[in-house]
Amino acid sequence: MALEVNGKTYETDEEGYLLNLSEWDEDIAKVLAEGEKVDMTENHWEVVNFLREYYNDYQIAPAVRVLTKAIGKKLGAEKGNSKYLYELFPYGPAKQACKIAGLPKPTGCI
Amino acid sequence: MLHIVNKSPFENTTLASCLRVVCKGGGGALLLIEDGVYAATKNSVAGNAVHDVMGDIQVYALWPDVEARGIQDRVLEGVKMVDYGGFVDLVVEHSNVQSWL
Amino acid sequence: MNETTGGIEDDEGSGIVKKFMFVNRKAPYGTIYALEGLEVVLISAAFDQDVSMAFLDDGVYQLVKGQHTKALAVKNFSPTYRALEGYDIEKLYVERESLEMRGLNADDLLVPVEVLSSAAMGDLMKTQDVVIGF
Repeated sequence: MALEVNGKTYETDEEGYLLNLSEWDEDIAKVLAEGEKVDMTENHWEVVNFLREYYNDYQIAPAVRVLTKAIGKKLGAEKGNSKYLYELFPYGPAKQACKIAGLPKPTGCI
Repeated sequence: MLHIVNKSPFENTTLASCLRVVCKGGGGALLLIEDGVYAATKNSVAGNAVHDVMGDIQVYALWPDVEARGIQDRVLEGVKMVDYGGFVDLVVEHSNVQSWL
Repeated sequence: MNETTGGIEDDEGSGIVKKFMFVNRKAPYGTIYALEGLEVVLISAAFDQDVSMAFLDDGVYQLVKGQHTKALAVKNFSPTYRALEGYDIEKLYVERESLEMRGLNADDLLVPVEVLSSAAMGDLMKTQDVVIGF
């Protein structure tokens, strides 16, 4: 599969995850978010950027439970809970936010 | 605890690692299968290492693998032969199993 | 072997916590064992079991600092070992003899580990419900 952004084509896997992590930019994220029917706000970007940092540090996309805990640690308890994250990304914070962040599907996401 | 080794002791250090961890720990059983059965032969370097630990653990070898390799007349004394059914019994008898890949 | 799957499935939802030890004995890039093993460990964290990892033989090379795989064009998964803590997998054991044979010590490793003698490692293995090797 492929994604078209600003006249350029980017390869994705069969579920729409960007294949080449390094191609990612905010415009691509916006198109990926549209595909997920997610309206990107500052809070959404915060999670997406957090995920990219996490991936950069550890070379994996975190499982939801791990993401929740790590966000709580960094951004505070009011954001480090699944209610908050599911409100931002109703079809699963790990799955949807990872896709928008240009990361592969999380390890341990069964 | 049952330890299973399936690699030849002459091309691979698996048996040595297993014996190092197992025997100092004491107790348990060692089952040699596939190319691991070469460690059960007497007058060989590996056989001597196995012989040295036989006071601490019971050593078994899988008979079909022994016979297939033609080493049945050179097996160390004290190594017990098991068939496939015996293999299953060993797994059931022990609280846990480690297959040394 | 049936203990690998049986243990996990039987316990799901039952609240029983078993002790799982993943034994890593292979170097990181020569075969796929190390990476696959690490993924299994990460997935196992979802089952709320008592999970530990043991590193013996060439498995200790998985944890060595300073891995750079760019020129090989394969993923450098060594940073992922530092994520294990976030997955509540904090019990990492390394066999001292394996380190010493390779001229390594705990300071050469990229995560904090508990270094155990062969005998202590053997004792620990005996206390596990399930031991899975990679």
